[in-house]
Amino acid sequence: MSTTRQADTSSSPLRGLLLFLIIAVLFVLEGATRNAMFSGSWNSALSILNMGLISAVTALGVNMIWGYGGLFNAGVVGFVALGGLAPILISTPPVAGAWAAGGPRLILALAVGLATLVLAIVAANRLSRGLRFWGAALVLIVGYVLTRMAFDPAVTAIEANNPAEAGNIGGLGLPILMSWPVGMLLAAIAAWGVGKVALGLRSDYLAIATLGIGEIIVAILKNEGWLARGVLNMTGVPRPVPYELALQSNPDFVAAAARWGMDAATASGIYVKLCYTAIFVAVVLTLILLSQLALYSPWGRMMRAIRDNETAAAAMGKNVTRRHLQLFVLGSAVIGLSGAMMVTLDGLMAPGGYNPLRYTFLIWVMVIVGGSGNNWGAVLGALLIWFLWIKAEVWGPALMSLLTLPLSEGGLRRHLIESAPQMRYVAMGLVLLLVLRFAPRGLLPER
Amino acid sequence: MDLMNALVAILNFVVIPATSYGAQLALGALGVTLIYGILRFSNFAHGDTMAFGTAIVILLTWGLQAMGVSFGPLPTALLALPVAIALTAVLVLLTDRWVYRHYRRIKAAPIVVVMASVGVMFVMNGLTRLLIGVGEIQFADGARFVVSVAEFKKWTGLAEGLSLRTTQVITLVVAALAVWALFWFLNRTRSGKAMRAYADNEDLALLSGIDPDRVVRLTWIIATALAVTAGTLYGLDKSFKAFNYFQILLPIFAAAIVGGLGNPMGAIAGGFLIAFSEVALTYPWKKIAEYLGFEPTGLLQMLGTEYKLAISFVILIVVLLVRPTGLFRGKAY
Repeated sequence: MSTTRQADTSSSPLRGLLLFLIIAVLFVLEGATRNAMFSGSWNSALSILNMGLISAVTALGVNMIWGYGGLFNAGVVGFVALGGLAPILISTPPVAGAWAAGGPRLILALAVGLATLVLAIVAANRLSRGLRFWGAALVLIVGYVLTRMAFDPAVTAIEANNPAEAGNIGGLGLPILMSWPVGMLLAAIAAWGVGKVALGLRSDYLAIATLGIGEIIVAILKNEGWLARGVLNMTGVPRPVPYELALQSNPDFVAAAARWGMDAATASGIYVKLCYTAIFVAVVLTLILLSQLALYSPWGRMMRAIRDNETAAAAMGKNVTRRHLQLFVLGSAVIGLSGAMMVTLDGLMAPGGYNPLRYTFLIWVMVIVGGSGNNWGAVLGALLIWFLWIKAEVWGPALMSLLTLPLSEGGLRRHLIESAPQMRYVAMGLVLLLVLRFAPRGLLPER
Repeated sequence: MDLMNALVAILNFVVIPATSYGAQLALGALGVTLIYGILRFSNFAHGDTMAFGTAIVILLTWGLQAMGVSFGPLPTALLALPVAIALTAVLVLLTDRWVYRHYRRIKAAPIVVVMASVGVMFVMNGLTRLLIGVGEIQFADGARFVVSVAEFKKWTGLAEGLSLRTTQVITLVVAALAVWALFWFLNRTRSGKAMRAYADNEDLALLSGIDPDRVVRLTWIIATALAVTAGTLYGLDKSFKAFNYFQILLPIFAAAIVGGLGNPMGAIAGGFLIAFSEVALTYPWKKIAEYLGFEPTGLLQMLGTEYKLAISFVILIVVLLVRPTGLFRGKAY
């Protein structure tokens, strides 16, 4: 969302091309040259690129919410984590005995919980004014106790089932790519719930409510062992691409690698990463195509009209809150997709790693730097900021040891060098503040 | 006797911890609500301001301890507190000068200012990490207990013990003093009245010759003083860990909204409401039910302690649904 206009010269079509070229050069340098700044490993360059592409999907989702709607989602981390749950529930192999141990009771508990919510909403809508609050509260309390009575024994039974290796409800064993839409669905449902409550009130209430739901979803994933083993982590999530070891034992592949002048281990790593890159690029391009089409449709024009002047749009008969809810749900679904993609890439679900600074606020930096409201800008910002974020961990200490050369070897110098990786938080904050202040429309401004 | 035991247990495990936690939340929420009332945005950097200030308190405390200075039975950190408040206030005023002032001048939408406060949050978070790292730090010294469990049992002969930690007493005393000083300032002094006038109606205040820059500066200084005090008390009571100060942002916001954003009385009430709900709902009531003659099968714990954030969230949601302006009618815009 722009508050001041930059000079119009900045929006020439060449600008985007040039900026993407610069990023391409950065990745090629990382892959091809070995010096103090770059590792010279294509494996490293491609893994940064793959994670950058996933961040680009998250950024596209955030850009829909912020760039088209001017809404602030401060709980991106929760929607990423929720999307990541889908590959576990859909694609990991079923756990023997888990369903028999507590499956039906679990479904019963969830049904009772859902019925409680519905009944409470009905009570709040139908009862007379005086009874409304207490009626709904009573339904919720009774429903909560009943839910817990069904839920607790089911969870205990499931977690007691082979606790060393499983202890979770297990997946359905379906192909991994089928879990991605489910990840979108999970995130969309959560977003609908939050949006229904917090939208239509003051703009910062949505920010605070999403901040809360983000933390709570991560807390649930950490503590509900029956769901995805909690902090014990789920490993061995199936892949849509071949395994490195399988490639290395394939004589054809080894011969092909030799022709390229590489040993089989390096080549297999690069091959697998390239497969992922191809899938992710396809996803990013499809998303951009769809959202560009939406943006230039009557629907998109309405969204921008609402963003630029809510009062005027409401006066024209647009239901601002409903449209905001729609946008919030759609954007969060895309964020959920990126969460499912990330678990697929890592082959691992580690709820302990969902840190809001990395998964919420860094994504915001990407969107703001790239250009709010511009889908290509979101992708550009994601690739650039992610590259810098990863490399800053290496560059920070190197820069710091260079800067502190005049200092004598001692406690201060050691402290400064050791804490240099933390510098990147300061750096990212400064980048966000500077862009917001001096170029609020970002690197690739919305046209 | 069993009734006495039940009462002591409730006091020991629910009332005392919730009161001191509530006081810490109230101080934090007061800062948020003041900034909201006068600068008109939700400050996401508040948690990290608390963390930064507390980090400075810890560094100064270590310095004082190394010099052999102590505060008798009280924690040395209290000596360091005023200096840390001054240093943090300087940093916060610089952020206002370099960041927020621009958005005030161009009358930016509140959500853009919230975004800027996220940038400030990042910088403060990084500075805290640079200063003191991400680990968990205990920095309380001096006498540990005012009343310890063993002493209490000896005095009263009850089976149930009661402990009152020095940090809990200090929290209450300091928080009460801070709140008293704040209300005295807002209600009795010229500058305080100017602040309230500015919060009520900006244009009218400007017409009456109130200097807006001075009001804004005062607001930042007071909010910082409250934030650093809250952060230090929280750190003394539990421990210092930078990430916990980010997480405490949610209960603080919830407290401020429950009480009505922009309303100081509301922030205090909200802080205690959140704290008491959090402690009461995560406490296993089994023991107390047994004292009262019941034979419960479970722990009677409504929610695991891991989900204590969910409680502030649910309270926040209920308030947003039932009464979005808060219990004490804050600003609705």
